[in-house]
Amino acid sequence: MTRSLAGHRPRVIIGKKIAPYVLLLPFVLVFVAFLIVPMIYAFNLSLHKTALVGGTRFVGFDNYARAFVDPNFWSGVWLLVRFGLIQMPIMLSLALAFALILDSGLVYARGLFRIAFFLPYAVPAVIATLMWGYLYGPAYGPIAQIAAFLSLPKPDFFSENAILGSIANITIWEYTGYNMIIYFAALQAIPTDLEEASKMDGASAFTYAVRVKLPMIVPMIIVTIMFSIIGTLQLFSEPYLITNLARSVINSHFTPNYYAYTLAFTAQQYNYSAAISFVLGAVVAVFSYAFMLASNRGAR
Amino acid sequence: MGIVGNTVRSARFRLSRWVLTAILCIYLVYTLIPIFYVVTASTKTNADLFGTFGLWFSDDFHLRENLVDLFTMQDGIFLRWLGNTFFYALTSAIGAAFFALLAGYAFAKYDFAGKRLLFALVLGAVMIPQTALVIPLYLLFSKVGLLNTPLAVILPSLVFPPGVFLMRVYVEEAVSDEIIDAGRVDGAGELHILSGLTFRLLMPGFATVFILAFVAAWNNYFLPLVVMSTSDQFPVTVGLAIWYASATTGSGGNLLFTVVMAGSLVSILPVILAFLIMQRFWQGGLSAGSVKA
Repeated sequence: MTRSLAGHRPRVIIGKKIAPYVLLLPFVLVFVAFLIVPMIYAFNLSLHKTALVGGTRFVGFDNYARAFVDPNFWSGVWLLVRFGLIQMPIMLSLALAFALILDSGLVYARGLFRIAFFLPYAVPAVIATLMWGYLYGPAYGPIAQIAAFLSLPKPDFFSENAILGSIANITIWEYTGYNMIIYFAALQAIPTDLEEASKMDGASAFTYAVRVKLPMIVPMIIVTIMFSIIGTLQLFSEPYLITNLARSVINSHFTPNYYAYTLAFTAQQYNYSAAISFVLGAVVAVFSYAFMLASNRGAR
Repeated sequence: MGIVGNTVRSARFRLSRWVLTAILCIYLVYTLIPIFYVVTASTKTNADLFGTFGLWFSDDFHLRENLVDLFTMQDGIFLRWLGNTFFYALTSAIGAAFFALLAGYAFAKYDFAGKRLLFALVLGAVMIPQTALVIPLYLLFSKVGLLNTPLAVILPSLVFPPGVFLMRVYVEEAVSDEIIDAGRVDGAGELHILSGLTFRLLMPGFATVFILAFVAAWNNYFLPLVVMSTSDQFPVTVGLAIWYASATTGSGGNLLFTVVMAGSLVSILPVILAFLIMQRFWQGGLSAGSVKA
């Protein structure tokens, strides 16, 4: 259809040499305009300082020097390191276990599980947080209701000790299914010319999944760990939205992104906020790189 | 698929099958509880929300009244938010998927100067913290007068680097070099080869990237939170979060928790339905992405 229409127009022939540039042009335009340019602008901001008296002046790397010793920033990073050490192993090992189980064909209703587990990914983080906020609710939440019914003490999901777990649970709920689908797709792509899972009993199917199939998707596992590290260090929406429920625990520098947001939009310190964002970007890069090095060494 | 019905199986096989299914059922309950809670809460009066058991319906079925409240509250602003979300997500996703398709095709089927560097830049973009981008975007948009306009949300959402990566992998798999060479022999221009010969082959990949970009834009919160300032421009995520905040702090006057719950239900249903209807596409697309990674 497209072809016959095209045939009637005077054709502009675009050759092999320039074709890739023509094809890339729209994406590169938006990429430069809404990613590269803002980054350069932000970097320039981070090298300046705005004072009420004297206006904006160039201060070199002063903002970075301040960020490097800012306890508010590093406490956020440290919090996310602890958060990631709880959240990532639980989420990814659940996702991997479910993917292996579904792939083995050893369960009933595979399609139902696959879709149902993936559904939370379609729920906006805002609404996921809101739903769990209600479930955690100390006055009317169903968990508190069950505890009251059983005459148990009401669990406090917003206490100093519990808050990390409470937020981790929300993100586990949101992203386990997503990671599971990625693992599942990778497992399904492995050729099944060896032995069919259906011909084995439970134990040998288990051995086959863990000994043969699992090692083959290690590159995919590494990719998901990388994305989880990046996502974890950028945590913002979930703690931001439950601030009202946990006022005494969640402060304005709870996570680095939260801190940068507060600096920019509450304190109007755009320059310092930009510097904080870049230092966070550097922290993300360092963690990702360190993980890549570690996994390369592990592979040898 | 791998299950053959007629073979005789050992008791151990059947046992492990039931045990594993039971384990998955436990997680299924965990997955569905928050969604089920939203469903039950949407059907209750505010008094029942606090006074009856959260995970079951109460005698007073109040869904219709809650929906009426939801759509009439503050002169029906919720419908406006839904419309905004739909408009922002649809335009962003169409643009993002189309640009990703062209770029992915170029990366997959051509060699050109700067290819490796450009692709590395695109992949590296995922490491950039949201705030690092959104704050300068806010300041730049304020200079050119784009703040609080739909373009402030749509334009940055056109940049969808994962889509370029997925499309590249997809094109490498789905479009053989022979098809392109045949087009060249026929004397077709490169762009006509793409539009006439291969576009049909690219649709599943395009649909996958479209759905992922659509969900990302539908769920976006941080960018509109920063660049939108009046209620009539909010997407549903920002609007509901504000209602939620005023309900929890008690400053919302007559703003009820049940209305927030009904709003949550209404705003997640379209995406869940889209996922269920189009699952063939995204599952196929994601598996294409996994082959090379």
